[in-house]
Amino acid sequence: MNKKEILIKINQLYKIFGKDTSHALELVKNGMNKDELLEKSNCVLGLNNINLNINKGQIQVIMGLSGSGKSTLIRHLNRLIEPTSGEIFFNDTNILDLSIKELTQFRQNHMSMVFQKFALFPHKTILQNVGYGLAIQGISKDVWTEKSVKWINRVGLDGYESYFPGQLSGGMQQRVGLARALATDAEILLMDEAFSALDPLIRSEMQNILLDLQNELHKTIIFITHDLDEALKIGDRIAILRDGSMIQDSGPQNIIMNPKDDYVSDFIKDINRARVIQAKSIMSPTNTKSSGPVISDKMVLEDILQIMSDAPSKPVTVKNVEGKVIGKIAMPNLIEGMKRPKSQGTNITG
Amino acid sequence: MDWFFEFPEMERSGLRDFKKAIDFAFRDFSRSYGEGIESFFEPLLMFLVWFEKLFIHTPWPIIIAGILLLAWFGSRSIPILIGTLVSFLLIGYFGMWEDTMSTLAIILVSTILCISIGIPTGIAMARSDRVQTIVVPVLDVMQTIPSFVYLIPVVMLLGIGKVPGLIAVCIYAIPPVVRLTNLGIRLVDKAVLEAADSFGANYWQKLFGVQMPLALPTIFAGINQTIMMALAMVVIASMIGVKGLGLPVLRAVSNQYLALGLMNGLAIVVLAIIFDRVTQKFGLRMQKYRKEIKD
Repeated sequence: MNKKEILIKINQLYKIFGKDTSHALELVKNGMNKDELLEKSNCVLGLNNINLNINKGQIQVIMGLSGSGKSTLIRHLNRLIEPTSGEIFFNDTNILDLSIKELTQFRQNHMSMVFQKFALFPHKTILQNVGYGLAIQGISKDVWTEKSVKWINRVGLDGYESYFPGQLSGGMQQRVGLARALATDAEILLMDEAFSALDPLIRSEMQNILLDLQNELHKTIIFITHDLDEALKIGDRIAILRDGSMIQDSGPQNIIMNPKDDYVSDFIKDINRARVIQAKSIMSPTNTKSSGPVISDKMVLEDILQIMSDAPSKPVTVKNVEGKVIGKIAMPNLIEGMKRPKSQGTNITG
Repeated sequence: MDWFFEFPEMERSGLRDFKKAIDFAFRDFSRSYGEGIESFFEPLLMFLVWFEKLFIHTPWPIIIAGILLLAWFGSRSIPILIGTLVSFLLIGYFGMWEDTMSTLAIILVSTILCISIGIPTGIAMARSDRVQTIVVPVLDVMQTIPSFVYLIPVVMLLGIGKVPGLIAVCIYAIPPVVRLTNLGIRLVDKAVLEAADSFGANYWQKLFGVQMPLALPTIFAGINQTIMMALAMVVIASMIGVKGLGLPVLRAVSNQYLALGLMNGLAIVVLAIIFDRVTQKFGLRMQKYRKEIKD
């Protein structure tokens, strides 16, 4: 992940639902917000000037409350929803310029999707579900069966090949959804609130499965969620949407340490800071070794506190993965880290 | 204030001329095109006659064996099988075998006709809202107009015989299969279709791989209703020359033969029940995947 290569580039993407969208688009571009637009022209503002670069091999989380446009945004990437205006580049091709035939090809080869409510085919067996993406490409049955069995085993559902989705529990169904998406070997994985419908224990289990798979496969994953803990756990980058506008897009640590406005601050207010803030976010940069113990830059605040409580007066040394000293942490750093930051932007009215 | 209490009607003479004009126009139409239309339906007639002959000339044990086989394939139920066997034996014993075979032939042909026209129409309706807004009122007319009324133009055009009877039966029986095909496809879960889309399925792959299989139980309910309505129409169709169980019923009504009417009427009922149970069981078996949910 040293060299960041941009795989998907979203430029000035707008989506307006309703009639006479071209007029509404003008109004939005002139600064009208969602509520005013609804009142004036009876159109619903879905996405408002979204610009986002998604790096290859990373998990890009898109977060927001319901109605913030996150599900709309992810559906633009494979054009399940057509935009009102804007561009989405995959490498050098603008996805929005593809003809129907090219789009079908593109969906078959480059992107696959996991859905919140699983959306499995109830009349097909697990094997047929997982092989669906391959089967519709015209690949022979032997080949897709072999690949599907491999993925079914990989998500831990060995022996369930001939079951129907209705016979499995929610967590198992979503494993099928995941296997189905992985079976086509598409490099981009779209996950629309994929784990939101599962109960907490199973959700956490599925997150671990996803992270395991990602360590091995290095896919580019766009992950939609409304759950900040989930976003912090799996996201390499987190973009926050509100009323169709992108508010902040940065690394998870940065979101917690430097929320851009009150909306983001509100979002992060309830998380357990001690469990998510890492050493590198609170250290004072230095390259000389301090008197206390040495810790990794990814260690979370809670663990640092454990270590420091033995000798509170001695600052700990922070080293990065290569073992180089990059900073130190003393008690005031810890206190500063625990404190909720004030938003940096101005207050948002309304 | 006359107009307030008496509805302002059209002039009598005007109304008469108006009706006459329609009658003459249609008569001219049927005189000039009637033969052409008749020859257009020629293959249908041959098809129907062929089936009728096949059913009547095949020895009865073979027919019963065939029907039992179909019933078993459809329902996999011993009680239904026994019921079917007893019913057909009784029908034969009471001397209604030939009429029953004629009725079976026309039901079979009209069901095939209804399915082959109805399902594609339903698919087209499900695909396009515009087609739906055009077809729905047509179906409403077909279902509600008294059947005697549309018998008039059909008879004027094609005379009395098997084909007009078949057409009359189809007009009456086709709406359920069209409606329920449309409904079944439209009711398929949007999320599942979205999933198919996201994997790059094209229209036909979605239709035959996802929509039709999931709509099949609903479509089958439509086919079931179509068969039932075709059976109900058999008596009326006998008025315009369709042979079968309807004819004796008609004769019984005009001559007040209670026993004759009752027996043939009951034979129609028995056929209806057998068809209904077998097709319903078949429809249920098709949605087995829905029923085995553990939890």
